[in-house]
Amino acid sequence: MKDNVYLALLGVFVPLSLLSVGGGMAVLPEMHRQAVGSYHWITEAQFVADYAISRMAPGPGSLIVTLIGFQAAGFLGAVMATLGIFVPSSLLMYALVRSWARHRGAPWQKAVERGLAPIAAGLILASCLTLMRAASGGWLVWVISFVSAGLVYLEWAGGLTLVTGGALIFLLLHG
Amino acid sequence: MMKPIAETVPKPGSLAVFMAFARIGVTSFGGGLSGWIMQDVVRRRRWIGEEDFLVGLAMSQALPGVNVVNIAIWIGYRLGGGRGALAAVLGIVGPPMLVVSLFAAVYDGLVRYPVTTVLVQGAVAGSIGLMLAMGLRVGRRNIGRAVPAAIMAAVFLAVGVLQWPILPVVAVIAPVSMALAWFGERRREG
Repeated sequence: MKDNVYLALLGVFVPLSLLSVGGGMAVLPEMHRQAVGSYHWITEAQFVADYAISRMAPGPGSLIVTLIGFQAAGFLGAVMATLGIFVPSSLLMYALVRSWARHRGAPWQKAVERGLAPIAAGLILASCLTLMRAASGGWLVWVISFVSAGLVYLEWAGGLTLVTGGALIFLLLHG
Repeated sequence: MMKPIAETVPKPGSLAVFMAFARIGVTSFGGGLSGWIMQDVVRRRRWIGEEDFLVGLAMSQALPGVNVVNIAIWIGYRLGGGRGALAAVLGIVGPPMLVVSLFAAVYDGLVRYPVTTVLVQGAVAGSIGLMLAMGLRVGRRNIGRAVPAAIMAAVFLAVGVLQWPILPVVAVIAPVSMALAWFGERRREG
């Protein structure tokens, strides 16, 4: 399989798709091991840059695979890597969603849904904490985050206003 | 102060679903996409209800796959079946692929200026606000009732504070939470 780079890309990313429980970032270390170590598609420095770019750009952070695929094998490589990471897990989710819709309104389903909602709430609160811990930029990040949260909560501002505003405030105070 | 959540509006077509997710995909600087999706699809457009969104989010995180793509499938299917799901996924993945490639092309130029880091930090701070607002809303939703509040607090403690991996935590707490919901429902009826 090593002789065809497109097959190799699928061979790496398809299994990772099905292993990415908890989100795409869960398989980042394995992605690094394969792309840099086993296949030498990219260098260590390129991986670090790809990671930074995927965080900086809007959209899902897992689009780092698009960049790895491109650097490994051009445009078609980018498409293959992206399909590889997104399609298998999406088919699984699709199967679940379909069967869920088929049993709509069943008493057990209502219990499952009522049971899951507070778990999702707890996970969201946990994400908030993780994001705040991970953010660099000091006290100003905290101030902007909390003010932004208030603005959204009161429905005075949407996401784009917040990120533009946050970026401008940082520019004025630190730029 | 707060408007109560209205009933959801009529279902949009596939093109509208694609456009909505594409818009989120190319504007969501700073990450935390589930916050963006909740703000736009649940709060602003009222395409699906808040609890429905939360259930989908929990499942998206329990299943393998990129959470944002999984939740797009959940919402898209509710809105327009298989076509809706496809439209949502294409929207949240396709246009951002082009944008991330553009960023890659200009990255070497951008990192030479320290101002890039400053702008990104500011954008991240703003997007954390979206996530916090979502946390406030879902927290408020569950805090009033003892059982959901306890479940929510336990998950937050385990995953957020103690940083345990999500899957085992959910695997232990979910059956308990579902059983309590099941028996709670029966007691109310019987």
